[in-house]
Amino acid sequence: MEFLRPASWDEALAAKCAHPGAVPIAGGTDVMVELNFDRGRPEALLDLTRISALREWGLDGTHMRVGAGVTYQRIISELGSVLPGLAMASRSVGSPQIRNRGTVGGNLGSASPAGDAHPPLLAGDAIVELASVRGVRQVPVVDFFTGPKRSVAEPDELISAFLLAPARGPEQFSKVGTRNAMVISVCSFAIALHPLQRKVGTGIGSAAPTPRRAFEAERLLAGELSWDHPIALTDAVERRFGELVAAAASPIDDVRGTAAYRRHALSVLARRTLRWAWDAYRTEPAR
Amino acid sequence: MRVTCTINGELRQADDVWPGESLLYILRERLGLPGSKNACEQGECGSCTVYLDGLAVCACLVAAGQAEGAVITTVEGLTGPDGALNTVQQAFVEAGAVQCGFCTPGLVVAVHDLLARSETPPSDPDIREALAGNLCRCTGYEKIMDAVRLAASRGAQ
Repeated sequence: MEFLRPASWDEALAAKCAHPGAVPIAGGTDVMVELNFDRGRPEALLDLTRISALREWGLDGTHMRVGAGVTYQRIISELGSVLPGLAMASRSVGSPQIRNRGTVGGNLGSASPAGDAHPPLLAGDAIVELASVRGVRQVPVVDFFTGPKRSVAEPDELISAFLLAPARGPEQFSKVGTRNAMVISVCSFAIALHPLQRKVGTGIGSAAPTPRRAFEAERLLAGELSWDHPIALTDAVERRFGELVAAAASPIDDVRGTAAYRRHALSVLARRTLRWAWDAYRTEPAR
Repeated sequence: MRVTCTINGELRQADDVWPGESLLYILRERLGLPGSKNACEQGECGSCTVYLDGLAVCACLVAAGQAEGAVITTVEGLTGPDGALNTVQQAFVEAGAVQCGFCTPGLVVAVHDLLARSETPPSDPDIREALAGNLCRCTGYEKIMDAVRLAASRGAQ
């Protein structure tokens, strides 16, 4: 097995082109587990931690462009007020040791249905930036995942960044697990209110072959929310929202929980996060 | 593959490193630093916590080659040059926070990191959150909490 250590982004893309079977490694929180347990032996590891450009973030037009190598800890401490939903999800990842190493780029690269960053990226209409020696392309995150641990990334492509608009309204994230730390979620849910577009974004985690949005639930709220005169939501709307989120999932029974439990828990998470977000909007409508 | 890095203030070199092995393996099996413990090998237990370029990380999840050129402090590097225990280690001894001892080195580094980041003594929820990634299978958590409070009261931060 080779260990490729490109010092620049161009070198990294050239290396991935020459070694399409090379597994990119950033924080190592997924890749090293596979290696330590001898579950796979890739032809090469492509270490991305030397590339300083991947650790940068900044405003790019209307969106924050966040390099794939920015760690969860930095998202919490540096981007918590701009990307609050993603920061909430980041706080629920692993432990301090894991958040010091793990990256959102790695979460996308692994493309696990349980990735904690995915629901807030879906709720915020994030864009994934993929690069290769052939060029750069931007893929809406809703089109990025194709199956469990599979994505549209081609063998010669690397994830360079994700783009996410700064929050203009309240965002929430909630996750069910056996304890607060160090858990793969049983199910998770993110919601983002977009007052300027008068719409709501959603993201479901760990309850389908891929992270996915709850489109019907979003459409329900587009019709029900009164953005100019925000009054409290009725129980009926909250309950219907929860039902539609649960209906959008296609969970399985596995060691972490049953499909029936996941659907039930999702409807509860959806109701709660909607209420928290809407109550916050009623308190402070504009941002 | 050769890996060169600074460990506990000394420039160290490991030869014939397999690229898929971890920093933890290098520390324990190639450089004679067995303080960092090998338990879960998946970042769940925190027994191998070390500082990598100033950040507390699980050494089992750092690929050997990623440590090239890095500055690493292991639990061995936290004691004084004469072997004197630091404030955190002394507090663990006095509070009876060591049972079988296997989780202790990782906890000592994690607590050292917590107190280094804290300007005032951390609250109990802060301590529990900071140590959420360190498991003690003897379940001696209350004495560990006592040790952290004791170290904090002695100005370890």
